[in-house]
This record gives sequence, C-alpha cells and structure tokens, in this order.
Amino acid sequence: MSETEVFMQQVIYGLSNGMIIALVALGYTMVYGIIELINFAHGDVFTLGGFLALTVVGALGAAAIVDPGTLGDSSHWLLLFGLVIVCGLFCGGMNVAIDRIVYKPLRRAPKLTQLVAAIGVSFILVNLALFWGGAPMEVFGGGNAAAASKDFPELLEGSNLLGEDSNVVLRLEDIAIFVITIPLMIGLTLFVKKTRLGRGMRATAQNPVAAQLMGIDTNRVIAATFMIGGFLGGAASVMWSLYNNTISFQMGFRAGMDAFTAAVLGGIGSLPGAMIGGVLIGLIRAMSDQYIETRWTNVVVFGVLILILVFRPSGLLGLKQKEKV
Amino acid sequence: MGSGRFSLFSRGQLVVLGFLALTPLLDLAIPSLQLSGPMRTVVVFAILALGLNIVVGWTGLLNLGIAAFMAIGAYAFAILTSEIYPFQVGFWWGTLLAGAIGAFAGWLLGAPTLRLRGDYLAIVTLGFGEIVQDGLKNLPAITKGTEGINPLPQPSLAMVEVSGETPARWFYIYLAILAVIVFLCRNLEFSRLGRQWFAVREDELAARCMAIEPDKAKLKAFAAGAALAAVAGALYASHLSSTGEPSNYDFQISILALCIVIVGGIGTITGVLVGAIVMVGLNNVALPILTQTLQRNGIGSTGNVLSSPDNYKYVLFGLALVLMMRFRPDGLIHSRKAVRK
Repeated sequence: MSETEVFMQQVIYGLSNGMIIALVALGYTMVYGIIELINFAHGDVFTLGGFLALTVVGALGAAAIVDPGTLGDSSHWLLLFGLVIVCGLFCGGMNVAIDRIVYKPLRRAPKLTQLVAAIGVSFILVNLALFWGGAPMEVFGGGNAAAASKDFPELLEGSNLLGEDSNVVLRLEDIAIFVITIPLMIGLTLFVKKTRLGRGMRATAQNPVAAQLMGIDTNRVIAATFMIGGFLGGAASVMWSLYNNTISFQMGFRAGMDAFTAAVLGGIGSLPGAMIGGVLIGLIRAMSDQYIETRWTNVVVFGVLILILVFRPSGLLGLKQKEKV
Repeated sequence: MGSGRFSLFSRGQLVVLGFLALTPLLDLAIPSLQLSGPMRTVVVFAILALGLNIVVGWTGLLNLGIAAFMAIGAYAFAILTSEIYPFQVGFWWGTLLAGAIGAFAGWLLGAPTLRLRGDYLAIVTLGFGEIVQDGLKNLPAITKGTEGINPLPQPSLAMVEVSGETPARWFYIYLAILAVIVFLCRNLEFSRLGRQWFAVREDELAARCMAIEPDKAKLKAFAAGAALAAVAGALYASHLSSTGEPSNYDFQISILALCIVIVGGIGTITGVLVGAIVMVGLNNVALPILTQTLQRNGIGSTGNVLSSPDNYKYVLFGLALVLMMRFRPDGLIHSRKAVRK
C-alpha cells in the first residue's frame, strides 16, 4: 500500500466516523443552545439506541438472512432505514422524558446543579444498558456476561466498491452513512430556518424570556429540541453499531465525549459548527490511529478539547453571529 | 468563629470519627465479617472527598477529574517507595511527598484552566482525568501498565508492626491520618484563605471588590484539593500494596467522590465523613458482603445480571445525584448561607 493509499483510507474512515460523531454532536449543541445545559446523558441515550437496534435485529432474525449475494436485495436497506427511524424515535422520546422528569424542575437552578443531575441520569442509563445486555436473547449472548461487548451483525454486504484489486476499501456501509446523515442534516437546517417551530427555537435560543413574551411556547420548543436531538442520536447509534460491528453498555461515554468535543470545537450552539467539528474529530481520530498510535488517540482527542476550551472557548465558528438552536 | 474555646474537633466530627474507631470491634464480635480491611477504603475515600469538598463545596468549582490526582498520588507513592525504584523513602515520606506532587499537579492543571466558565471547567477536569488514566496505561516502562507497581510498603510506627495479619492496627493508623486531615481542614475552613474561598463561591465580583484575587484563591483550592486526593491515592496504593491498574482511578471514582460530597452534605466536613461512610460503606463493604452471602446460598451465581447486587452501583450513584439535585437543588453552591453563627 502506498503512502497516498494509506492516507486515503484514513480519510474514508475519518469521514464516515466523523459524520456519525457530527449527528451526536448536533444533539449536544442544540440542547446547549436552548437551555445552556451540557446534556451529559446524551451519550448514554445513544447507547440505548444501539441496544434497541440490536434487539430489533435479533427479534427479526436478520443476522440469519444476510449473505454476500444479496447486494441487489433492498430488504436490508429497508431494515436499515426502519432501524434508523425506530431507534431515532425511541431516543428522541427518551430524551423528552428525561427532560420532563429531571431537567425541567431544575430549569432555574444553578448550571452546575443541572450538570450534576445530568451526570446522575447518565449513570442510571449506563446501568439500564448493563441490564439490557443481560436480556436472554441470542444476540446478547443468551444473557450471560451482560457487561461484555456484543457483536452487531453486518446488515449490508461488505465487499469493496472500488473493486477487489484496490488497496483502498470503500464499503456499502460508508455509503450508507452518507446516504442517511446528509439528508438528516439538510432536513434539520431547513427545519430550523424555514418552519415556525424552527423560528421559535432560534428565538428561544437568543432570549427565552423575550421569546415567551412574543407568544412562543418555550416549553414546547424545548421538548422539540430534545426530541430532535435524541432522534439524531438514535439514528447515529444505528450507524455507529453497523459501522463498528460491536456495542457495549459503556460505548456512549466515549462516543459522547467525542461528540461533545466536536460540538465545542465547532462552537457550541452552532449547527454548522457541530457538523464541521464532528467531521474534524473523525479525521483527527483516524489520523491519530494511523500516524501516532491507536492507544494515544483518546489522549489526542481530549488534548484537543482542553486546548480549544483554554485558548478559544467560542470554537471555530464562535466569532461569527452564532446560529444557535 | 465558635465559642473561642479551643477544641480539636467539632462535636459532629468527634461522633463520626468515634463511630469509625468502633468498627474493628465488630470484627471481634463477628470475625467472619473482616471489616477492618474494607473499612480502610472508607477512610481513603473520606480523605479523597475532603479534598474534593475544598474545590466543590467551599470554592464552588466542579471538578470531575479528582480521581486523576488520586492516581498521581498512588503512582508517586509507588515510585517513591517500591523496591524496583531507587528512592525507597518509606511509607510516611512517600505519603507526604505524594501529597506535594499532587498539589503541584493541581496547580499545573489549574493555572491555565481556572478562568473557564463553570461547566467548561468541569469538562476540562473530566478530560484531564481520562488523559492521566490513558497516559498511565500507555507508559508501561514507568508504570508497569495494567500490572501496577507492587509490592508497596505498609505504614509502620516505631513500636507498632503492621501487616495484613493486623488489620485493626492498620485501620487505626489510617484513621489517625484521617483525624489529622480533618483537623487541618477544620482550621483551613475558618482561616483567611477559607473565608476567601467562600467569598469567591458566593460572588466573584463582590470578592474582587474586597481585594480578594479570585484566580489565586481558586488555584490554591485546586492545589489543596489535589494534594488531599494524592494523599488518598498514596494510602489506597499502600492499602492494596499495589497501584493496581490505571482504570482503578477512572471517572466512576471521581463520581463516587462527588456523590460522597453531595450526599453527605456539601461544604461540611462532618457531612463529607458521613457521606463517605454511607456511599463507600455501601459500595465497598455492604455490596461485596451481600454478593458473597447471596453466592454462598446459591443465588447470584447464575450469571443473571439482575441478581448480583454489585450491578446496581451505577443506578445507586445516579439516583443519589439526581435526587439530591432535585430536592436540594441549591445544595451544591449555596450550601452554607449561614456559615458563621
């Protein structure tokens, strides 16, 4: 493999992972834009999305029907889109419920109080995922060893789209990630820019009290924000599980920190910032894996996070007029 | 500042320390419990939480990476005392120097970051915790990686021999160290510096108007908290006779310390001690004993997650945090409106 090919391969990995991170980062940045809360539980909502996806796949027995000759078979794409919607709605709903039960009563409390509560929710969800991993299903290893990582089956055919001879591998999974994440991002941008509820979000982000005085139902806006953020996280969890072929009850901590770093890197509160930040973090991870060492990659990402917070807390897009949501 | 009569400890602190001092007696009554060993961890985490309390409770800064300083203390202690390194300064010097190194590490992290907004600072400390953990794991030439550095020395006094055979003595030495630290904290609380911390916590701008430099006060709090955490780390390493693996000092430990501070009663030394007994007693003493008992009776060995009490840790921590925040929402920052009587 030539140097260029190695580099191209890492770019593909980086972009694919980066798009997933960007989806999760949108959830952080939207909630932060509206109520200035670091929704620490977001990563663990993401985890539960992955567990639901595996449960559905296990229940449908899809693992059994996948074989390399089914490229033309659209049923796997259908299954994938179905999973994205089901897990998205599930995570969105859960996010809304968490907001109602835990965050809403604390809306006027000091920020650190809210953050500690969010960490508490995060721990409760981690425990739920641990119990879920013990579900007596074949895909969960029969319910023994709940804490172990679970294999997530290949839903899409895995051969190289660039031809068998190419050293650079581009698989259907990479394509699927772009097919799913890009429309979601475009849809979100249009929604925020064009719709009435989106306008309400922008107004609430700028000034909640003034927005309320203008007749905007801020509670509804906040609920919608949690719903959309959760939906994107759920969609991301399906793509993540598919791409990495493994899920574990602690995966949300890692993914959540990457995504939060991405949101901060792009300028927290900014939608395009989260998207760009996500892709950048994906690329940084891939390059660090290749050119530094895999075991130092987390250190690199956290180092980036600390450096940005210290030297440029407003992030890359922070100086411009923020499009907070 | 109290009645003006000198006393080593407040009444509450005396009661809690006295209660701790009685636990080895339970071992005499029911030898199969073997409480003295696990109870050392209660002391260790009480010291860790007292350190965190300086930062979170008194100064109002959320530190989510206190376990990193515990790790730094543990590894500093190990390198200073272990046979594989040339220093071998012994338990007491090892613990003291570990504390000093911890303070320096706290200063190093705090100096560039303490100006950050509260929630950003929290995330930076979290990131620092992860970096330290990964760094220890990835530098096996120094830290022995996941093996941990061992064996490490136990505390010794001129007259008293301490070993695994004499758990009660070992526990009492730890308890004495805790008592000294409680005494120091109590004096610090009402010192000039302690009052500066409260002022900064309540209103930074007003504190500045009173000629307090918030950045300096915060940095001192950070360093003091880190020093105590490092001492806790040193005692922990000596307790295990090994640093253990770096993941012993993960985010969960930082959250355990936070739970202790919040559940016990934020900002009060007595509260933190009570919190340590409740949370660590639950986590390191009661749950393992319950698990063993269940297993001995044939329950919980079936591999079902729900039947092992140990698997409820996260939900216990989580609920503790959520419920405290919900029903004492001002606790974290405004806990001591009536500090001075």
